[in-house]
Amino acid sequence: MMTWKTLMSPDSASPLMEQLTFLHDHALMILLMITVLVGYLMASLFFNKFNYRYLLEGQTIEMIWTILPAVILIFIALPSLRLLYLLDEVNNPLVTVKTIGHQWYWSYEYTDFANIEFDSYMIPSNEMEDYHFRLLDVDNRIAVPYNSQIRMIVTAADVLHSWTIPTLGVKIDATPGRLNQISFLLNRTGIFFGQCSEICGANHSFMPIVMESISPECFISWIYNMSEI
Amino acid sequence: MPSLETAPFDPRFPNTNQTRYCYSSYLDFYRCQKVKGESYKPCQYFKKVYNSVCPNSWVEKWNDQREDGTFPAKI
Repeated sequence: MMTWKTLMSPDSASPLMEQLTFLHDHALMILLMITVLVGYLMASLFFNKFNYRYLLEGQTIEMIWTILPAVILIFIALPSLRLLYLLDEVNNPLVTVKTIGHQWYWSYEYTDFANIEFDSYMIPSNEMEDYHFRLLDVDNRIAVPYNSQIRMIVTAADVLHSWTIPTLGVKIDATPGRLNQISFLLNRTGIFFGQCSEICGANHSFMPIVMESISPECFISWIYNMSEI
Repeated sequence: MPSLETAPFDPRFPNTNQTRYCYSSYLDFYRCQKVKGESYKPCQYFKKVYNSVCPNSWVEKWNDQREDGTFPAKI
């Protein structure tokens, strides 16, 4: 999860996020190499004592440093386009979870089998226990089975909100009157956090999202427990 | 133990905006019921889809509108 000192991407919990992280690392490596090269060239040019008054042209080197950037861009573009199309792949979800953004909490509905609905409020700082993360923990978490394709339908009841979980590489606006669909797969168990990402009023910073990834058997017993409440 | 199953991918609605998937399934269920009768089992597919995809508040509002006779579409 992100803390105040997270400089690099958080560990991913979904194969698509993992691919996004790899693309980012690949592109950043190319950028760093270019920066070091240019920095070195500039430094060495700055501090040398070479002089040549009759310089007119250098066809070969001009050809090289025109073609080389195009080749570098191809190295960046091909993985990028591959991932772009991969993100739009169609898949058959196993579970549909609906989330509705309100001012200032999220409500979740699981209506595939039983009619389960609950609200998810942030735990206020004055009611926090020792094990809670300040401004991130909620009273009711969303439970999902891991290694299963999840379809998330996001909407809002009043103003614009945005539902996101960075470790899954998911961010989607919650627009009133519109159902936005996003699909993901979690490849490990754990608890994943996110925060509302569209300004929605006074407590915009205080409506976090917490998702708990559990085994399919635990998920089914969670469904049974929730539907009895 | 129920087997986990949900509304399948519908190629008529391949993009992010699934509003029409929800609304069409709701209309299709009640139109199917009206044409085929309440005991016709295959109509339940549409009901399964709209229950999975539509928010409960939307379904309740439309049910109330149908009862009042103010539902905006023809069933």
